[in-house]
Amino acid sequence: MDKAERVALFQKWFSDTIPHNRALGLKVIGVRRGFASMQLDWREELVGNPETGVLAGGPLTAMLDGCCGMSVATMLKQPEPFATLDLRIDYVRPAEPGKPVIAEAECYRVTRSVAFTRAFAHHGDPKDPIAAAAGTFMLGTKGKVTRAQSIGAEAKI
Amino acid sequence: MSALLERLAEVRKSGDVARLAEAIPYARWMRIAPENGTGELLTRMRYHDDLIGNTFLPAIHGGTLGAMLEMAAIFHLLWETETEAVPKIVNITVDYLRSARPVDVLAAAKVTKQGRRMVNVFAEAWQDDRSKPVATANAHFLVKSADDAPPSL
Repeated sequence: MDKAERVALFQKWFSDTIPHNRALGLKVIGVRRGFASMQLDWREELVGNPETGVLAGGPLTAMLDGCCGMSVATMLKQPEPFATLDLRIDYVRPAEPGKPVIAEAECYRVTRSVAFTRAFAHHGDPKDPIAAAAGTFMLGTKGKVTRAQSIGAEAKI
Repeated sequence: MSALLERLAEVRKSGDVARLAEAIPYARWMRIAPENGTGELLTRMRYHDDLIGNTFLPAIHGGTLGAMLEMAAIFHLLWETETEAVPKIVNITVDYLRSARPVDVLAAAKVTKQGRRMVNVFAEAWQDDRSKPVATANAHFLVKSADDAPPSL
């Protein structure tokens, strides 16, 4: 599977078929083992302060949660359900109005029960972040495994 | 003075706290608004299908719970404290305790520590049973007026 096919596959299962990610218009722009990247385009509905046009924190939180979750999926050898256990976000500077936000997440450790991730959101320069995140995910949670959760194991990336 | 603070002044006269959310496009889009029918300021996120994060369970997206806890903390700070500026979030840590079913989510916040510039807020979100929270959060906000804040915030 080449890069474009992988991105299309993860776009389908991590954005198009997850209602909230689709509602935000999240675009998968990069994926490899232990790494996920998404883009969120600015739009008026996502603004927290209408006088400045700065995005609310919420869309960034949802994007970083989704992106960290996708990085977990790329690490799983066997499909299994997982869920966010906790998520910390540092808002280091306001997003600039009108500009797309890029999130890059890394899943740097997977144990039997917990996956550990960290992520940054930026406008194109990772050295100049808007937000930093650290998320942990519980593995083997109840319920059927979703396609999003199993796609990393299936794609054998 | 910002539109939100002007709105706050109006709401203090009318008592209609839900109008605070009307000044925030993202709150309208997410159907997140404060209410004070019980005498306590609560924030409600009305269920709609775009909130779903897991279609199999089904469950509400964790990011939306983080977002509504953050909004609940902001509405609490606006309403319950003598704020002269819109609080600026510095960071938030969300703990996910249970999967959230496809129904409304309610949240309440309280100030753990009020400093001169920085406030620490705790918030919790639940659905039918307040004793079974679906998520909790701790967040820091800068509350001093923008003139005194560091340039980046």
